[in-house]
Amino acid sequence: MIQIEQISKKYKGSDNFSVSNLDLFIQEKEIFGLLGPNGAGKTTLISILCSLIKPTSGSFSINGLTYQKHKNQLKQLIGIVPQEYALYPTLTAFENLKYFGSMYGLKGKSLDNKINAALEHLGLLPFANKPIDTFSGGMKRRVNLIASILHDPKVLFLDEPTVGVDVQSKNVIIGFLQDLNKKGTTIIYTSHHLNEAESFCTRVAIIDHGKIITKGKPAELINEHHGTHNLEDVFLRLTGKALRDHA
Amino acid sequence: MHKLWASTYKEFLLLTRDIGGIAILFIMPLVLIITITLIQDSTFKTVSDVKIPILLVNNDNGSVSETIKNGLSESNAFEVILKSNENEAKELVFSGKYQMAIIIPKDLSSDLDKKVNQNVDGIISKFGLEEETEIEPLEIPNKEVKLYFDPATQVSFKSSVKNGIDKMISKIETQTIYKAFQEQISDDPSEVIFETDNFITFTEILPQDGDKDIIPNSVQHNVPAWTLFAIFFIIVPLSINIVKEKSQGTFVRLRTNPVSYATVLGGKTIVYLIVCLIQFVLMLLVGIYLFPAIGLPTLDISGRLPLLFIVATFAGLAAIGLGLLLGTIAKTQEQSAPFGATFVVILAAIGGVWVPVFIMPKFMQILSNISPMNWGLNAFYDVFLRNGSLLDILPELLLLLAFFLVTILIAIAYNEKKNAV
Repeated sequence: MIQIEQISKKYKGSDNFSVSNLDLFIQEKEIFGLLGPNGAGKTTLISILCSLIKPTSGSFSINGLTYQKHKNQLKQLIGIVPQEYALYPTLTAFENLKYFGSMYGLKGKSLDNKINAALEHLGLLPFANKPIDTFSGGMKRRVNLIASILHDPKVLFLDEPTVGVDVQSKNVIIGFLQDLNKKGTTIIYTSHHLNEAESFCTRVAIIDHGKIITKGKPAELINEHHGTHNLEDVFLRLTGKALRDHA
Repeated sequence: MHKLWASTYKEFLLLTRDIGGIAILFIMPLVLIITITLIQDSTFKTVSDVKIPILLVNNDNGSVSETIKNGLSESNAFEVILKSNENEAKELVFSGKYQMAIIIPKDLSSDLDKKVNQNVDGIISKFGLEEETEIEPLEIPNKEVKLYFDPATQVSFKSSVKNGIDKMISKIETQTIYKAFQEQISDDPSEVIFETDNFITFTEILPQDGDKDIIPNSVQHNVPAWTLFAIFFIIVPLSINIVKEKSQGTFVRLRTNPVSYATVLGGKTIVYLIVCLIQFVLMLLVGIYLFPAIGLPTLDISGRLPLLFIVATFAGLAAIGLGLLLGTIAKTQEQSAPFGATFVVILAAIGGVWVPVFIMPKFMQILSNISPMNWGLNAFYDVFLRNGSLLDILPELLLLLAFFLVTILIAIAYNEKKNAV
């Protein structure tokens, strides 16, 4: 589904590579977690896959398509939930969603129905006609998510979709994503919430200094690393911080 | 087309949700045009309500100084205040309390008479009309009328006052010469030998609309100039609109959507062009209905409305193109807002909104040819004041359109280059 070959990215003025010779294959219908400490290269990798930044070297394809040759087809195929609330604060939730849905060529009653169904699923229908700047962080995250899935993307990229939200909102978001995955959407997501990733992801990769340190199913990774009880233990052991913490 | 419509509707919603912003967009240009026209109106009027107080020190107390004093008073531009002391007058002017002081030297009238009579006697004796008697000519020193100006007085005001006084003095000298000849040639003072009225006069021929003269006034000059200025100010909110999209993350989302940057800019262009045209209509309405109510001349748009709308549309497009380019390049509102505002003022200055292009230095005149505001202003003046047709304004319209297309293309190319993957 997603084939990444030797992708590297070095930002202007930086001495180090944010992503370095990274190879990865993500299968269809996976929920793939990109985990790593701050500055590990997770957001950079997602930004490259969403055509927001250009890799310094390497290549990748999604469903056999590349941005160089199939830009609009690929954009129609993917959805991205950015880390920040990418919404117009003075527009209502419905107006925001209607606009972003229209950008995918959706229109009329079918778009309205889709928006209403998603708002209802995420508990936001009563607030559909309220401006975004009156919403709480959790509500904004949910609208941010809906704006990315109205066109039924085959692949959904989420950059820390549950950061800064309450437990209730987090559960609703995770439940919604699981439903999407059951309907066939491949999900690639980054998070600092390792417990959430452990239960949510079918496979994860731990990235540090732009390289994949390990990858696999969460349970397999826990088994591979003796003495670890959960993904957080594995993460801390591999990124070296656990040792320092115990020293 | 659907995406363009959706983008346009979104821009409309964003604009209508910002009531304060809309008020500024529509009210401030009106305040500007009313203020500027009220201020400049007096410079276009031959009869002004406001008289400038000036000081006159009359050391002569003769016919010449009386003529100067009457001439100044009758011009209706000045209120003549008499002072007896030159130093006092100088002090008052240099301290900024008065704009100017005129010091008429002692014995100006009598010495002028003596000088002229002496010259006339000399001429007549050369023609042999009088018996030649060797009279030693008197040494009459040249007279100097002193002018003191407040250092803050503008050069244009000083020049016009100096020209006016110079003309007045020349006329007095001429009349004195005629008078002296008359006295020498004829014994009858009532006999008219010389016609002292001006032989050469001038008449201003105005352009005509049908059989009606198009008379320029402050409104006909100010409305197009400041309307254009207000239209170009659209680049400030427009560039802020784009920078905001970048800072609030919506632009990042749009980049991942299957929509072109041209479509996004298209939506903004349509909405902001409508804003420009509404601004234009409001300013015309102010010129037609409000100005006469506050004592200003009425804006005359009879028969010119379609052409005026065409000029406003093309000028609006040029301004929007600039705003979109600025918004695309700027990274923060701190960059776009001050730059946009200052740049509009510069464009206005070199475009001839502040001072006419023909009095600018040569280099600035050349520079003004590349100012879109100059093209717009010329097109407006062609329609408002020169009774121009569509064909007359076509070159300016094409330049404004080309400017819009070039700025839009640069914005799109810049965005593509910056975000290429």
